[in-house]
Amino acid sequence: MRLPRLLRQLMHRRIVMLSAFVLIVIAVLALGAPWFASADPNDTAVLDRLKGPSAEHLLGTDELGRDMYSRIVHGARYSLTIAALTALGSVIAGTALGLVAGFFRRLDAPLMRVVDAMMSFPDILLAIALVAILGPSLLNVVLALVLVYTPRVARVVRASTLVVRELLFVEAVRALGVRTSRILWRHILPNLLSPILVQVSFIFAYAILAEAGLSFLGVGVPPEIPTWGTMVAGSQQYADKAFWVVLFPGLAIIFTALSLQILGDGVRDLLDPKLKKTL
Amino acid sequence: MSAPRLTVTGLSTCFPTEDGLVRSVADVSFSIAPGKTTALVGESGSGKSVTSLTLMRLLPKTARAQVEGQARFVTRAGREVDLLTLPDAQMRRLRGNELAMIFQEPMTSLNPVFTVGEQIAESVRLHKGLNRAAALAHAKRMLDLVEIPAAAQRLHEYPHQLSGGMRQRVMIALAMACDPTLLIADEPTTALDVTIQAQILVLMRRLQAETGMSILFITHNLGVVAHHADDVVVLYAGRVVEAAPVRPLFATPAHPYTQGLLACLPGKAHAVGQPRPKRLFAIRGQVSSPLSPPPGCAFEPRCDQAIPACAQAVPPLVTTGDLRQARCIRVPSVERTAA
Repeated sequence: MRLPRLLRQLMHRRIVMLSAFVLIVIAVLALGAPWFASADPNDTAVLDRLKGPSAEHLLGTDELGRDMYSRIVHGARYSLTIAALTALGSVIAGTALGLVAGFFRRLDAPLMRVVDAMMSFPDILLAIALVAILGPSLLNVVLALVLVYTPRVARVVRASTLVVRELLFVEAVRALGVRTSRILWRHILPNLLSPILVQVSFIFAYAILAEAGLSFLGVGVPPEIPTWGTMVAGSQQYADKAFWVVLFPGLAIIFTALSLQILGDGVRDLLDPKLKKTL
Repeated sequence: MSAPRLTVTGLSTCFPTEDGLVRSVADVSFSIAPGKTTALVGESGSGKSVTSLTLMRLLPKTARAQVEGQARFVTRAGREVDLLTLPDAQMRRLRGNELAMIFQEPMTSLNPVFTVGEQIAESVRLHKGLNRAAALAHAKRMLDLVEIPAAAQRLHEYPHQLSGGMRQRVMIALAMACDPTLLIADEPTTALDVTIQAQILVLMRRLQAETGMSILFITHNLGVVAHHADDVVVLYAGRVVEAAPVRPLFATPAHPYTQGLLACLPGKAHAVGQPRPKRLFAIRGQVSSPLSPPPGCAFEPRCDQAIPACAQAVPPLVTTGDLRQARCIRVPSVERTAA
């Protein structure tokens, strides 16, 4: 059944607004973690291990009796930081690579072969290898993930650049005496904004998941740093006795990733001048 | 007549391809006086657009074009430069500033993510060093100049919000923003419907009268040429086959190709010496492949007046009268009998 157009647009907007709201709440919690948390995230109380949600422990406790709510709030800091830095780093590097490869045809083949080589490794193996070499730390996890995601961005940006560079307006601005660097930066890059934005929201969400995977395999951030990934990974064997140890950090991951995707789509639609009127 | 704004001599542009060297433009010469319009006429593939792109130095580097000849351009300051050998940085300063270009496709020649005001302002900021506010104010004056209604409002609209005719007006505003001395218009009206075409042409005429710029008008539309050009250069297969002031050319076309082109015009014309036909006249055959040009006159295979000598060698471009030239071995005699 097709909903009326107006209603669909309205719903679309509401979901975008809701996603923005969810993300703001998570961001505020993350920024003010020490104030919002009810306990120290690393305080263990073995006697209180695997307790269900209660007034004292809002979301229960994990296998070491640590307060789940406090750990999730603190974990938001690390998970979001890792995801944001990864998205930022890979988008900057990938966009630069893709633009250059797509615009200067001579550089295309050499750059893209390197990118292909990087993409031919399974993501998680490449990241594991990198973290193993660099040593587990928050920054090294970010570095490894940036290297994993840069080729994806580069491919998408290159493909879009190839389309845009052939449009007549590029020749027209050249005929106005605009120099090549400025054509790339001022005229082509803004036309690539929507695919890049989609990549940002995609990578942001994926980085949270990838960090969880790395932590699960023991090559992520050190265990004393609570991230949503380490929480799911560390407590996963107790899930049959105490569902909350994986449910709540899992929900945090899902809500954040989902909200980011929806917000990314919404922002892209808003930024596209052709869709501005209909939205 | 004052010294020409642009004098092109012996311009050739060749492209190496896998199948051999393609001579897109061969030994083309013409000149444009200040405030005058010279039209380059020819069918698709005759080298019109390559000529304009060569002059603007906008041929893609990957095409590895081999360019010969000279294009002497007199700048606003009175300095004479060769457009074909000028260093890139100086060429960039001329483009948009003294040399401007309008393209055939108004739909795609504007950047879709910027408002038209920003795009006009960019050129002014680049060449005149105006700040943003002053450049936008200038952009608004330009939109007024090209008769766009509600210019102040249009300034902040995106290209997709404008119609084709509007966009071409914006392109003209963009090209005229820095008050160029030479405007290259590459089929500026081809993509527009007829009423809009007329408006755009009248507008270009008015701007030319006001600013005294020269126009190199590239078109295949002879009707447009008749109304808007001062001099005409007819290209066929990359060579000039006839060059003449517009009135004599239409009155007494010398080259068989020009005669054929005029006869092709619906309604108006008919082949020389024949009654007006019921059916549209068409030049038979098609343009020979640029990879294997005929040894003689390029038009010989399609020419009704061809004689065996035509297939022997490429005829020279000879002066056939006052300011007139033609590339046909039969023309001098034809000219004499006509005179």
